[in-house]
Amino acid sequence: MQNDIARRVRAHPKFAELVAKQSRLSWTLTIIQLVIYFGFTIIIAVNPGFLKESYSGGTTTMGIPVGIAVIVAAFVLSAIYVWKANSEFDELNSQIIDEVTK
Amino acid sequence: MNNIKQKLFSALILPALLMSQLCFAAGGDLGQAERQATNWHAIIMFVVFVAITLFITKWAASRTKSAADFYAAGGGITGFQNGLAIAGDYMSAASFLGISALVFAKGYDGLLFSIGFLVGWPIILFMIAERLRNLGKYTFADVTAFRFAQGPIRSMAAINTLVVVLFYLIAQMVGAGQLIKLLFGLDYVYALVIVGVLMILYVLFGGMLATTWVQIIKAVMLLAGATFMALAVLSNFNFSFDAMFTKAVEVFGQVHHTDGHSIMSPSPIKDQVFLGMTVPGWVDSVSFGMALMFGTAGLPHILMRFFTVGNAKEARKSVLYATGFIGYFYILTFVIGFGAIIYVTQNPQYLDAAKMLATGKLALRGGDNMAAIHLADAVGGDLFLGFISAVAFATILAVVSGLTLSGASAVSHDLYANVIAKGRTSEEQEIRVSKMATLALGIAAVLLGIVFEKQNVAFMVGLAFAVAASSNFPVLIMSMFWKNMTTRGAVIGGLVGLVSSVVLIILTKSMWVDTFHMGKEAIVPFKNPAMFSMILSFVCCWFFSITDQSSRAKDEREKFEEQYIRSMTGIGAEKAAKH
Repeated sequence: MQNDIARRVRAHPKFAELVAKQSRLSWTLTIIQLVIYFGFTIIIAVNPGFLKESYSGGTTTMGIPVGIAVIVAAFVLSAIYVWKANSEFDELNSQIIDEVTK
Repeated sequence: MNNIKQKLFSALILPALLMSQLCFAAGGDLGQAERQATNWHAIIMFVVFVAITLFITKWAASRTKSAADFYAAGGGITGFQNGLAIAGDYMSAASFLGISALVFAKGYDGLLFSIGFLVGWPIILFMIAERLRNLGKYTFADVTAFRFAQGPIRSMAAINTLVVVLFYLIAQMVGAGQLIKLLFGLDYVYALVIVGVLMILYVLFGGMLATTWVQIIKAVMLLAGATFMALAVLSNFNFSFDAMFTKAVEVFGQVHHTDGHSIMSPSPIKDQVFLGMTVPGWVDSVSFGMALMFGTAGLPHILMRFFTVGNAKEARKSVLYATGFIGYFYILTFVIGFGAIIYVTQNPQYLDAAKMLATGKLALRGGDNMAAIHLADAVGGDLFLGFISAVAFATILAVVSGLTLSGASAVSHDLYANVIAKGRTSEEQEIRVSKMATLALGIAAVLLGIVFEKQNVAFMVGLAFAVAASSNFPVLIMSMFWKNMTTRGAVIGGLVGLVSSVVLIILTKSMWVDTFHMGKEAIVPFKNPAMFSMILSFVCCWFFSITDQSSRAKDEREKFEEQYIRSMTGIGAEKAAKH
């Protein structure tokens, strides 16, 4: 039974659409996250001067807002994914399941 | 000698005088009377916490009947609850005390740890969480062994889980014992026994449901306490970060006789020499970052939490909430570390004068990890100190419970049910084995905690992350995403990752030089060599899979499609148990 359903899912055009959309979003966001974090890590090692500069003239350095931004970015990227996946992808998925198990 | 004394005098007394003036000026309740050896506030609050959690355990026990209940709370936890529980599981005492202590000692560098510990979460969300939920049942090995030979894959996963869990457990237990000794005036061994007995009770009787609620309550307490501390610090500066930083820079410069601005940006990173070659400094940083990032995505007790929710949608929400709570918490620890620089370094009642006299360096009473605890006293007085002490104890209990449950599941579900009994066992028998494993792990944790009392255990957390990143993570990712993976590739890749990460960690400075005293120079100059062992593991997974032409390998490749469809759609996934 499982195999039969699997075959029908595989053949379903909306499954191809789901896979394409899901992988595009998850890989894009993964790459953005990796670039942000390892970019930040490499800047610290290679060009730390930038992070020592004063932010708006006070004691606060550029390193502070940049560091906080890396934390906030992790949350924002996650929020984008959950928002897309829990609405659009899940809707597509439930259509597929409805149609193949009918 | 005289010189040191003089310096010490100026470091101690002068700031103390300044401090008393500051207290009046700020109007804060900062100058507290001597603390008692036995902290009754802390003990009463901790007893209340224990009473509540034992009551929950009793309730959870009445609802824990099947294996699904025991391992996964029947799949009935919501995304929000699981997000809090994940945060409760992840924000260990090591994070809370360790990172705030690091900020206290080095400023900005502490933030780098926090960021490294956080950025693994989005990767878990994008790549792992929902697929794990759709494919697995109780442990991550359900997923890695989905289309491969059960015996070798599950044995390997169980070994990795036990290695990670045991090292993490030892680190938590030693920390717990020392903390409790200091805060409650209790003997180290008694402290460990109390932790051990409580965690065994939670897991043995309440299973995942009790463990989850202990983690949720602890997360709420920790977030509330840390929020209060950070706000109390900031309120003294009219909520101006810049004013707080300015004061911290000034105090840090005075106390350490250095340019205090060093705490406002990362420390310089030096090039390393490895096998006769000069390796640029960023390699070490990136390798360390990889251990934190991908290690998080390979921690068995964290991965296990995704089986407690009903479906992929809730699994995704769990990660989002967890990321939010953990990120917020790390920003708080940063403020707390800076607050400690301002309010702890200059108050003699928090300092270890004898040690400072001997070393000529700033030393805190109860050890360097106590910065946040002393700050709690400085900003909130004895009552709040009691609350934070109880929170720290609760934190340790919540984390060790999750670890123990994860280790016990690896023994009963992976090793016993699927390898030894080859699936021919009853649910009752599997739960019975799990409970025996819980008891054994609990006793082992107490004994190892006693053995390692005097050891520096920080490296154990590093080791746990390196193994998770180098062995669990590559096998998990490759088995979910790569069709041509075979049992042979997974086993060899996973074992190579395990062995190489352990060997390389042993050769780093914190073990080779500081722990084993094998020489003055470390053979591996990196903080964490996870990058090398992780890449090696991926390469071995790939190479020993593509060269595998056996008929079993052919079957395994054919099964990928079914696995992929299930991982994407959730068709055939475990359903939440009915309650």
